[in-house]
Amino acid sequence: MRIPEQVKRLALVIGILVAGALVTRFYVIPRSLVSSDLHRSTTVERELVKPARFAGSETCQGCHEEEGVKKNKSFHRNLACEGCHGPAAKHAEDPGAVKPPAPRDRKFCPVCHAYDASRPTGFPQINPVVHNPLKPCIACHNPHDPVPPRTPAACSACHAQIERTKAVSSHALLACTTCHTVSEQHKRAPRTALPTKPQTREFCGKCHGKDSPQKEPPKIDLTTHGTPYLCWQCHYPHLPEGRG
Amino acid sequence: MNKRDFLKGLILFFPAGGVLGALAGDLGAKEAGAKEAAARDAGGTSAPKGYDPGSHYYGMGIEIDKCIGCSRCVEACKVENDVLPEPFFFRTWIERYVIKKDGDVVVESINVKGKASKERAQEDSDVLRTFFVPKLCNHCAHPPCVQVCPVGATFATEDGVVLIDSERCIGCRYCIQACPYGARYLDPRSKTADKCSFCYHRVRQGLLPACVEVCPTQARIFGDLRSKASRLVRFARMNKIHVLKPALNTEPKVYYAQLDGEVR
Repeated sequence: MRIPEQVKRLALVIGILVAGALVTRFYVIPRSLVSSDLHRSTTVERELVKPARFAGSETCQGCHEEEGVKKNKSFHRNLACEGCHGPAAKHAEDPGAVKPPAPRDRKFCPVCHAYDASRPTGFPQINPVVHNPLKPCIACHNPHDPVPPRTPAACSACHAQIERTKAVSSHALLACTTCHTVSEQHKRAPRTALPTKPQTREFCGKCHGKDSPQKEPPKIDLTTHGTPYLCWQCHYPHLPEGRG
Repeated sequence: MNKRDFLKGLILFFPAGGVLGALAGDLGAKEAGAKEAAARDAGGTSAPKGYDPGSHYYGMGIEIDKCIGCSRCVEACKVENDVLPEPFFFRTWIERYVIKKDGDVVVESINVKGKASKERAQEDSDVLRTFFVPKLCNHCAHPPCVQVCPVGATFATEDGVVLIDSERCIGCRYCIQACPYGARYLDPRSKTADKCSFCYHRVRQGLLPACVEVCPTQARIFGDLRSKASRLVRFARMNKIHVLKPALNTEPKVYYAQLDGEVR
């Protein structure tokens, strides 16, 4: 079939118009007008040029090595320098011109160390009203190496919840050290020297086995009672009456 | 020239002119595009060499048992990100939960410098449990705020951070309504929405977000979920992890350990 001449011409014109529209859409109009990628990358760039105000502890300890070494061995080892001294990126850039403050008054330390019922058990807290009133904290405690007045005498100083539970149980009269061996190191660095825990059924059997010389504890036959489970899978040793 | 010749000439002239013009424009555009690309490569403001956003995926871990509610993070965030000092503009904030014995739960946002903690001595015997919960933008994997933005001003980057284009934001507040965690606010200076950016400018420099940097008890942990050796991955493996409002399927990337069932 022969295509009429006028249809060919019309097709040519339409083809050119379509091509023009496509060229305009994909080449003439800048990509930033149609694509979100450029908007996003400019946003990211704008975000990236924001200045960092906190330099980071590593930067601080690059110069203040002595304080860093001291702090990193102390109870404050996990604290960032700028947590107390404030943002110090400017100081890191030009140490002479900008000096970060060192908080020295009594208002500062209680931000973390004042008693608050919502704070986790074991976190060192004081009542700022009665704790050596008017004396600056740094008179007794060096913030880079804060040593508590003495290491805790009793386990309950930190493990209060366990102590309270045990106190109302039939194990109330047992000392913590009956079952746990605690090294002196545990008082200074609790997580690096963990106390031991009983590992075997025979340990409980020393009191609760039917051959035990002790009279009062309830007796069971270790060979038949609850095998193959470990005792503390059913009985919580700090509250043995509670099951589950 | 008769009428037929004139029309023929016209038909050829206009499309030919159009094509030539388009080609000229095309060349110009290509040049401009190349310049732009060169500027981006040379400026170094975009990706520093070797940074591949696709190989990172950032998240934060929060250990409730370690938070002492000292507000160091809140203050540091305000300084680092130039957040207004008034106590109702927060990129991160801390809530105090007080669970009463009768089942009532009191939640309050604590003031900076812990002012609230002094007045409210929670010594009442009817308190069952009380603790602090730090909150911030959850940088959801499926963020509702991105869905609702009518102008596409807020988006998630490839490395998992939800950002706001303050030049595109029209301040319609729709995202503030849509965020189930209340993490967004309207900055009255720029009249645009604002929120936590995971301190994106710090993270890309290899620094920690300001709140993580200053946290004295390491209650906040920042890390890369794509890296097997990151602290966050270990944190998620060693703890039972909760997220806020899991039923909404937003898949938050702020992970809580030891989260009480009452926390919403």
